[in-house]
Amino acid sequence: MDAKDILGIPKTQLPTTQEKKSRPQKEPQRKPDGISREVYALTGGLAPLMPSIDVSQLKKRPPSDEKITWQWLPFTNSARKDNLQLYHWVRVVNGVPPTGDYSFAKYNKSVDVVKYTDEEYEKYLTDPMWTKEETDQLFELCERFDLRFIVIADRFPSSRTVEELKDRYYGVSRAILIARAPSPTDVSGHPLVKDPYNVSQEVERKRALSMVLSQTKHQERKDAEVLAEAKRITDSRMASRAAEEPEMPVASHVGSESADRAVVLGDTVSPSSNIQLPSATVVPSTSIIADSASTLASLRMLRVYLRTYALEQMVQAASSSAGLRTIKRVEQALQELGVNLKPKVPTKAVCAEHLELRKEILTLLNLQKQ
Amino acid sequence: MAFVQNLNKKLKDVEISIPIVYGNVAFWLGKKASEYQSHKWTVYVRGATNEDLGVVIKRAVFQLHSSFNNPTRAVESPPFELSESGWGEFEIAITLYFHADVCDKPLNLYHHLKLYPEDESGSMSTKKPVVVESYDEIVFPEPSDSFLARVQNHPAVTLPRLPVGFTLPPPVPIEDTSKRKRGDTKDHPLAQWFMNFSEADELLQLAAARQQVQAHIAKLKRQISLIDGQQQQLRSTSDP
Repeated sequence: MDAKDILGIPKTQLPTTQEKKSRPQKEPQRKPDGISREVYALTGGLAPLMPSIDVSQLKKRPPSDEKITWQWLPFTNSARKDNLQLYHWVRVVNGVPPTGDYSFAKYNKSVDVVKYTDEEYEKYLTDPMWTKEETDQLFELCERFDLRFIVIADRFPSSRTVEELKDRYYGVSRAILIARAPSPTDVSGHPLVKDPYNVSQEVERKRALSMVLSQTKHQERKDAEVLAEAKRITDSRMASRAAEEPEMPVASHVGSESADRAVVLGDTVSPSSNIQLPSATVVPSTSIIADSASTLASLRMLRVYLRTYALEQMVQAASSSAGLRTIKRVEQALQELGVNLKPKVPTKAVCAEHLELRKEILTLLNLQKQ
Repeated sequence: MAFVQNLNKKLKDVEISIPIVYGNVAFWLGKKASEYQSHKWTVYVRGATNEDLGVVIKRAVFQLHSSFNNPTRAVESPPFELSESGWGEFEIAITLYFHADVCDKPLNLYHHLKLYPEDESGSMSTKKPVVVESYDEIVFPEPSDSFLARVQNHPAVTLPRLPVGFTLPPPVPIEDTSKRKRGDTKDHPLAQWFMNFSEADELLQLAAARQQVQAHIAKLKRQISLIDGQQQQLRSTSDP
């Protein structure tokens, strides 16, 4: 209304709009109890379809048998050495304050840093690269900072790398441990003795890690490509030997056509990678090279094998693409034809025939499916 | 004429196979049987045609059940067999070690010792033993020249047809067998029980089976091409 005064629009312009206004005004005015005004307005001035919270339940609380009060009481912390007494609110149940140490005291863990005497230093721990002072300083810092070597390296008076400090610390601890042990076998299980700190390895590892982390996206992609290529080459080396085998006409045909591709690929791969490619027979693996070719190749790698073993491998290779049910059906078919599942006289000829028969049965089954 | 071949060079595409039979023969001891010694058995590896395997095999080691004394029995010369007495059936692992120029890796065979006849109703007789043999072939995919030379004409060894233009060094003459102890099993005391393995039967069986399967395949292919042809016709007639 006031806005209309300001704007200078006549009040009595549309009596109908006023009527409309009064009606919607009525709705928000009638608000139910139990929900606050603001919440009611949020829902658009309408009651929710389902009562989200049963209002009558809200005020009730489960009656507890205990009498709970909160008291401001003093406490001590066993983790502190100075017996400082502070105060805090404590939940008191039936007049009995809680017992036990301050609940956070158990987190105050510290490291047992080895302490050596001067004699022990003279006997076991002298080192050309470290003076006694430096070693003492190092150990004091280790104790103070709980073996946080990054902080220790920062605070160390003379500049030493983290690895050097670690090396000295672990070396000294190990020497002391071995020297104090009654017999070498007692300590040989201790992790310090079993796996000594290896400085050069650590330096190398950190260098490699930082290199990996700081690689650009481009470098990452190139590395992935090169690795994939290397994997393909090593995988196909086996198959390439089979490609020369005259018994497998399929493989040799593929071998000749992939030899052409090898020339092209060899040119692109060798300049961009540092990997030493093996001699000219680099054949990129294609899915055309059958499993049986690679089985043959792997059999030839064995210096000696049994014919039955060879047959098993070839059968597996031939049925590698078939599911378990198909394999069972092949075996069933063999039995129906009156053929032994494993030939009784596995000579070369018999095994070859057997294999061919199995392949033909597979073909038959595939055709039948159509 | 000196062949300056490196005798250790390996040849490709020539594989040597040795047909062998391994298994056991077991005699029931009948009256003389005791609880722990009910059978006398012999486990062996022999050439399939009973030829001497000593040309190829240097030593055979039979690994018996741990209840035997010294369960690892090595046989240093042919015939490669081991006789024992006992009551139980168990798996025997046979490891064959070859001569240096043949192969430096040993080969393992496994044989389940059988003492009791298959059909339980069959009565055990002291005269007729239980015999279980398995046929197999040892294959050397890339034999060395020296190995080839040595075994070229030996009856225990099967050589494939050599590729054209391939010349082998002249064969080493086979030693006078009468001077050495006989390694072949042709006149072996147990030879009468040895089984015969003929590949001819198996080949026939397989050939017949293959013919059947091939016929099926041909029939199905015809059917499929008929159906495809019909589909083609339907499609072409329905095209606008």
